[in-house]
Amino acid sequence: MRYLKATLVSLLTISFIWALNRSWGSIPAFGPLLNPFVGFWQNAESVNDNDEEITLKGTKSPVTVVFDDLAIPHVFAQNDHDAYFAQGYLTARDRLWQMEFQTHAAAGRVAEIVGDRALELDRYNRRLGMGFGAERAVKEMMKDPRSRESINAYTAGINAYISQLTPAHYPLEYKLLGYAPEPWQPIKCAYFLKYMSGVLALGADDLNMSNVLKKYGLATTTDLFPDYPVREDPIIPVGTKWDFTPVKVPAVPATILPDVGSKSVAMNWPEHDPAIGSNNWAVGPQKSATGYPILANDPHLTLSLPSIWYQMQLVTPTLNVYGATMPGSPGVIIGFNKQVAWGVTNVGADVLDFYQIRFRDASRREYWHDNRWKPISRRIEMIKVKDKPDVIDTILYTHHGPIMYEVGQKPFAKNVPIGYAARWIAHEAANDFLTYYLLDRAKNHDDYRKALSYYGAPAQNFVFADVAKDIAISPNGRFPLKWKDQGKFLLDGTNPAHDWQGWIPAAHNPHVKNPPRGFVSSANQSSTDPTYPYYINWQFAPSERGTRINQRLAAMNQATPDSLRALQNDNVNLQAANALPVFLPYVQEKDLSGEQGKALALIRKWRYNHDVTEIAPTIFTEWMRQYIEGVWKDDFPSNDTTTLRYPSFDRTLHLAEKEPTSRWFDNITTPARETIGSVLTQTFQMAVDSLSRRHGPIGTAWQWGPHKATRIAHLARLDALSALNVQIGGGRSIVNATTERTGPSWRMVVALGPEPKAYGVYPGGQSGNPGSPHYLNMLETWRTGQLNELLFLQSAMDKHPRIKRKLVIK
Amino acid sequence: MIQILLIAVLSLLAQLILPWWSLAIVAFLVCLWRGSSAGKAFLYGFAGASLVWLGYALITHSQTDGAFTGRMSELLFKMNSAAIPLLVTAILGGLVGGLAGLSGFFVRQATEKQSANRTYSRRRS
Repeated sequence: MRYLKATLVSLLTISFIWALNRSWGSIPAFGPLLNPFVGFWQNAESVNDNDEEITLKGTKSPVTVVFDDLAIPHVFAQNDHDAYFAQGYLTARDRLWQMEFQTHAAAGRVAEIVGDRALELDRYNRRLGMGFGAERAVKEMMKDPRSRESINAYTAGINAYISQLTPAHYPLEYKLLGYAPEPWQPIKCAYFLKYMSGVLALGADDLNMSNVLKKYGLATTTDLFPDYPVREDPIIPVGTKWDFTPVKVPAVPATILPDVGSKSVAMNWPEHDPAIGSNNWAVGPQKSATGYPILANDPHLTLSLPSIWYQMQLVTPTLNVYGATMPGSPGVIIGFNKQVAWGVTNVGADVLDFYQIRFRDASRREYWHDNRWKPISRRIEMIKVKDKPDVIDTILYTHHGPIMYEVGQKPFAKNVPIGYAARWIAHEAANDFLTYYLLDRAKNHDDYRKALSYYGAPAQNFVFADVAKDIAISPNGRFPLKWKDQGKFLLDGTNPAHDWQGWIPAAHNPHVKNPPRGFVSSANQSSTDPTYPYYINWQFAPSERGTRINQRLAAMNQATPDSLRALQNDNVNLQAANALPVFLPYVQEKDLSGEQGKALALIRKWRYNHDVTEIAPTIFTEWMRQYIEGVWKDDFPSNDTTTLRYPSFDRTLHLAEKEPTSRWFDNITTPARETIGSVLTQTFQMAVDSLSRRHGPIGTAWQWGPHKATRIAHLARLDALSALNVQIGGGRSIVNATTERTGPSWRMVVALGPEPKAYGVYPGGQSGNPGSPHYLNMLETWRTGQLNELLFLQSAMDKHPRIKRKLVIK
Repeated sequence: MIQILLIAVLSLLAQLILPWWSLAIVAFLVCLWRGSSAGKAFLYGFAGASLVWLGYALITHSQTDGAFTGRMSELLFKMNSAAIPLLVTAILGGLVGGLAGLSGFFVRQATEKQSANRTYSRRRS
């Protein structure tokens, strides 16, 4: 009996400990997690003002790092190698989990961490050719000694941090998910770039457009989906002369479509999210108060925590650069040095196309191209799955690229044409790092042009200003040399005329220097007007943001950094300003209920501003959503097997302005004949009713800030580690492009001059640790539209009241 | 009382270098060595272990601004209260220590009576 008792209780104790020591599905291992010696308590940090000295293997000389009050490191190294080493070390110290998780995601290795619920996501990223592209990119990066040495030093710095890390000091997320960091490798830098290409250069609706074409024919498709918007103010100002003789563009082939026939090519590729865009501009000396250019940039991304960007200053005898870095990539991506400043916005080029593949037989070993059978190559992907056996996936490659899903396979989130090969710019070998390496060191406009010539993807509008008073902008990247509209629709993989046939020469990428209007700008709108001799894409982000920026810059004189800061926070909705004078007269007031009438009165009084406490933007946004559905849903219905897309807002507004009696206003699914007036009135009623159901009678709950409830989500989608319901104005197609989930991930203003003066902020903080006082400490500054001064130090000895502490790496 | 202090001090030292569950070995050994009743053994283990966990957690909590404890409470227990993670930490550490102490006592009881019996039978022969 007493043996039994002793045995039972001991066994119970051991099982209890065993159960606490492991995770159960998504429930973390509570024993080690709550233990104050190794658990989450260890991640609680207080403000640290003490100087430190640490010894690391890998630096050539001692490195001094000065931290300011926002915990931003200013690195003073005696050579470039040590600077990149320190960058790797410091970034890992603040952001290790983030940098590893993002590259794991790009590499299709999430299932390894969270189990089989991420298997299809992993399969998708691998079938997209992320690994294929990263392997090619890293080879290219390692060829050039400059990128090779910076990536190697950066890698060594990260690993110097990882190697001295004990489980007690793992970032919180490792403890929650129950895994450990692995050594960094150069290819992870390439994976990071592919991750960014996935975010910025993966938009395509070739399939939806093909379905539209099939349903309505070329004339209607061209009419409703034109290659240039009605309202536009392109990045390269209209009238700019092209300073090159164009190379020959491939002729449009006789057949531009594959023979889709009755074959099901269902699936909707995720359309490019127009909210992911950015603003940048530079005003020239004639417009600025100091007589030197001022540059501004705010890249809009899906806002997330830990913050997307990491600020840093890197100083060596050959380099002094400050700006926003990205965890996973050496050097500064958006920033300035003593002579120049630069920034980026996304181009949105058509650099992802789908080719229909014809196999010889069921063995799928050969495919038809250029009138002969060509061999298929196979790539084996081994996907590790937590608590489950490995999954092996074989992917077929043609010379176009990977066949993402074959007939009989169910694509992840229904989003890929089955039986098509994907040709994607991110599969190309390119050394994009070199561009940033050279920009960090650029001294003038020539250096900037030279740096841009190395860039591949994701294509960016690089804005530039320098102390010699030049300003410039260039939509830049590797652009395939295409016939007009090549890739607007699905392509024929058997016809060599449908292949990508070379590249637009880098020197022919659109660019402009010191235009007469005295400023340059971009907001993801059309790169050029239709006189540009090459095809980049048939559609770009809506024009309103760019137009609004240009209106304000054109009117601006004696500009200061604060005038540009104010413009970054501009909340005027130009779409509403264009549309409401057209739409409001059509609303039949007599058909409205009391509440609907009140809503109409609010809209009529509105000054088109998306400020936090305004109610009209909530009504307008919901009304327009319903209106677009009301006009187009019956004509462009999507279902499980066929997906179509609607014409743009620009085209829809033009319809109301120029063709108010158009047949498109009639709802073909009802016997009655609808008109523009009835559609506008009905959708207005529906919008107000739906808002009433959600928010009750018109009141504070209807205000734009609470209604929009901007959310900055933690990368692992943990609400407790996210910033929820952030009260901020702005929205889609507005200069302050803060929507529900996306927005300015970094705001920067740089005034050039004898000493550059710079300002910046991002929504979050330098630390990726939710237990750090620097996790979210910049959020309020960002939310209220303020900027912090960026301390551009000249030496480690510089005195400044904001300098808090020093770290010496020996 | 000496047992509580012993468990607290020794488990603290053990957890500085060994895995977290080393506290169970400490509580087990102490109660194997000096356990007077099942209830007391559990109490010794519970109090010794939870004292250390709660104390360390409290120190951490008070040195930082405490917002993190609230976040973790929200994350793990869906309630934003700093008291909950502190309390659960103390109870969890206590339960492991208590159960290990109880096991130590029962093993002591099993082997002790056996050796007492052996002594008795030896004397009889």
